[in-house]
Amino acid sequence: MTDSVPCEINVSRKEHTLKAAIAGDWVLGAEPPPLEAVLAKLGDGSDIKRLVFSTETLGRWDSLLMTELIRLVDYGAKQGIQVDTTTLPEGIQGLLSLVYAVPERAGARRQEMRTPWLEIIGKGGLRIVKDIQALMVFIGETALSGFALMRGKARFRSVDLWMNIQDCGPSALPIVTLISLLVGLILAFVGAVQLALFGAQIYIADLVGLGMTREMGGLMAAIIMSGRTGAAYAAQLGTMQVNSEIDALKTMGFEPMEFLVLPRILALIFIMPLLCLYADLMGIVGGALVTVSFFDVSLVEYLNRTANAVHIADFFIGIVKGGVFGVLIALSGCMRGMQCGRSASAVGDAATSAVVTGIVFIVIADSLMTVMCNRLGI
Amino acid sequence: MTTPCLTIKNMTMAYGDFIIQHDLDFTINRGDIFIIMGGSGCGKSTLLMHLIGLQRPAKGDVFYGEESLWQAEHQTRQRILQRTGVLFQTGALLSSMTLAENVALPISEHTRLDSLRISEIVSYKLALVGLAGFEDYYPSEISGGMQKRAGLARAMALDPEILFVDEPSAGLDPVSAKLLDDLICSLRDNLRATIVMVTHELASIFAIGTNSVFLDPETKTMIATGSPKQLLAKSRDPKVIRFLTRGETEIHDETKT
Ligand SMILES: Nc1ncnc2c1ncn2[C@@H]1O[C@H](COP(=O)(O)OP(=O)(O)OP(=O)(O)O)[C@@H](O)[C@H]1O
Ligand SMILES: [Mg+2]
Repeated sequence: MTDSVPCEINVSRKEHTLKAAIAGDWVLGAEPPPLEAVLAKLGDGSDIKRLVFSTETLGRWDSLLMTELIRLVDYGAKQGIQVDTTTLPEGIQGLLSLVYAVPERAGARRQEMRTPWLEIIGKGGLRIVKDIQALMVFIGETALSGFALMRGKARFRSVDLWMNIQDCGPSALPIVTLISLLVGLILAFVGAVQLALFGAQIYIADLVGLGMTREMGGLMAAIIMSGRTGAAYAAQLGTMQVNSEIDALKTMGFEPMEFLVLPRILALIFIMPLLCLYADLMGIVGGALVTVSFFDVSLVEYLNRTANAVHIADFFIGIVKGGVFGVLIALSGCMRGMQCGRSASAVGDAATSAVVTGIVFIVIADSLMTVMCNRLGI
Repeated sequence: MTTPCLTIKNMTMAYGDFIIQHDLDFTINRGDIFIIMGGSGCGKSTLLMHLIGLQRPAKGDVFYGEESLWQAEHQTRQRILQRTGVLFQTGALLSSMTLAENVALPISEHTRLDSLRISEIVSYKLALVGLAGFEDYYPSEISGGMQKRAGLARAMALDPEILFVDEPSAGLDPVSAKLLDDLICSLRDNLRATIVMVTHELASIFAIGTNSVFLDPETKTMIATGSPKQLLAKSRDPKVIRFLTRGETEIHDETKT
């Protein structure tokens, strides 16, 4: 490879004709001479009528030269100057004629506009309103397909239901085990430090048992499942949207709400209470591990204490919460998936917002239910 | 014996404010192989979406026989559309199901056949499009052209009266493309189906097209309609001629009267 010759463009004028001599290697990475000087010569107030090129000393060239030429030609055309490209090398002429073969579609190019801040706020507000509307519509449609299910009219493949149950149930056990065991351990440790001051280590069992069953078991399972299954739902449905699979289903006479959304929601409603129960037990095991090995309480004592402190009602509250969380996770995942745009990045956005929406819903619902239980005294 | 099967009346299609095509007015007769043609991006697939009830027109309507598609209730629309089959530009097979399950889906939905009979029909349909033996493959395990053909098998699963196909031969080798053309022709003849086809393949257009509409992206409306052969012989519109001759012939002046 020889060293590249710096690229340059020299203009000379003869009466009403401007001659642009292009020289050197015009390859990407080279520093092109500023074109503004040439453009200025063509600009308003000049009496130039014609632009010709000479390329005797032009070396190698690529897209760099082409983009600069297109700028020149466009500018010339705008100023009403006749641009003579016939003296350019054949390759360049060919490419230029390709560029101008299909006229730019009017209205196809998107204009970028500076938006005033008031408009941004307004649009944001409108978007929130729209989002809430979409949510309401989605809940309505889900309810309708739920009614169809109860009347035995909903149509989906039972295989899909079982596959979804498999996906969100047994496959989720390892991570649920890990997290809830850890939460049990942590609850026990944090509580023990305080309770040991009064020599009341035995009450760790109460703390862990009640904490897990009433709150943490369900909450932890829900947050795991919203990251795991809610995101998966959104991504699956979003990809189907991108591949026109949902369109195809509609043309075959299926309701996507029944065929795709219902089995997913049912699977989570069925699985979440079970996962909650499992997480509760794992948490209690975690608490027992800590208490028995560090705080001088025997396993039997611990379990006895737990059995005394935790009632069926506490488990029941956790399970109900789990079911509610299941509905919320499935709703937000499926909704974001069905709303997904038609590109790969839209699928990513759908998965992200499914998790965010899911967790927000879970937290709101959990606070409401906790307050309700408190007021009702259960 | 030309009974109108599908009538498009005064239709405008738009995405939001961006108008794709306006003032479309044409009729598709029973037994036609109707070609929708035009340059890339002019709105052919979009037009198909409007015909199969997936996208509501900004203005105007589509009539199946006498029945309006877009004035109708949801239930009626579903019933009208049950007589149609659609092959999407991307194939649109359900990626979580095997080819056999994909083809069986509409059959088991709309008929009461037992599973043995269904699987026989599925094998027959797959064999028709040259995919015998691929029943248990997933869409991701076969090539793009094969996905197209499998999509066609699914579209024909219920022997539809009207078959919509979006670029069936894109991605096929010339021999398979010819076979597909023959298949579509024989479907029309044997099932007395009406075919609405989006295609760029000149060979197919002239070989099997009996009627057509030409959409122009610049004026954003239809600029010609009629049998492709007649269009080539009679049309005076340079854009149509350029399309139908791959730009190799200039407009023949002798047709000017
Ligand atoms: N979802 C969308 N939102 C906005 N504009 C769209 C959308 N989908 C398509 N378009 C626009 O509609 C026009 C027509 O698209 P369409 O897919 O119908 O083209 P086509 O004629 O089928 O092209 P091809 O032959 O390449 O398949 C395009 O110009 C495109 O910019
Ligand atoms: Mg298309």
